[in-house]
Amino acid sequence: MDAQSSAVGTVAKTESATAVLLRFTPQPEHVRTARLVAVAHARRVGVEAGLLDEVRLAVGEACSRAVGLHQRHCPGEPVVVVLDAIDESGSGLVADRFVVTVADKVSGAVPAPRAGVGAGVAEGAEDEAAAEGEPAAQAEIAEDDDEDLDDAEMGLAVLTGLVDDLDITSGPDGGSVRMGWPVKDF
Amino acid sequence: MDLKLETRDENGRTIVKVGGEIDVYTAPKLREQLVELVGAGKYHLIVDMEDVDFLDSTGLGVLVGGLKRVRAHDGSLRLVCTQERILKIFRITGLTKVFPISDSVEQAVTAVD
Repeated sequence: MDAQSSAVGTVAKTESATAVLLRFTPQPEHVRTARLVAVAHARRVGVEAGLLDEVRLAVGEACSRAVGLHQRHCPGEPVVVVLDAIDESGSGLVADRFVVTVADKVSGAVPAPRAGVGAGVAEGAEDEAAAEGEPAAQAEIAEDDDEDLDDAEMGLAVLTGLVDDLDITSGPDGGSVRMGWPVKDF
Repeated sequence: MDLKLETRDENGRTIVKVGGEIDVYTAPKLREQLVELVGAGKYHLIVDMEDVDFLDSTGLGVLVGGLKRVRAHDGSLRLVCTQERILKIFRITGLTKVFPISDSVEQAVTAVD
């Protein structure tokens, strides 16, 4: 089963009337839409107000990451986001967890976040100063590559630092970022 | 939501006032602004983020890129930010150790980097 089928399958498995499924072309402008939908749905299913900023940022980071991966590797494929409130404890009574899964179609895309992103930034600044003698075009390309890498690493650093319930996986047919937050008691 | 950018010079520094959301869609506009300023010889920058509603890692990457550019010219890039939800992102990524952060533009303008 590929990543998007897995994500869609998540909805089917939960058989929940509260699930929301988003599919969007990998364009940066759609990430804001995904953030807005995620926060609106989180609020509706009962995620406490103090966690909504975290939901907004985390869903944005996961979607930005997926958009970046798709733009580089498969720009024709949509990014899939599944948002649902599930009964994780199995109480059979009420949903107790708000779960968001962002699925991509790119295999092997789970780089290890570098420890101390800030330290790497200081090194990068020195590298750039040392590269000043290079031809301008070449230096600019190298700089852009560095920024792409910085973005990917920082996106993962933000996700791992922000979300306690986080699972980033990758398989031969794609990967997914699964994030969960508690739903307050009604 | 559009990204709003205003620049002005004060006390030998260039202040970039940013408003709105800095994300994967809008961050390139901020990057262009910072590149343009450095290209024009403005190497001591203050980025005022008090009106920023949202910042993600793409925005962080642009600020880091700006810092690298001004440092290459012995310049500086100082941030103005008091919003806890924005500061939290800098703390998570360890960037509070990289960027000097002031509570106000007045403080940033007189700070020694």
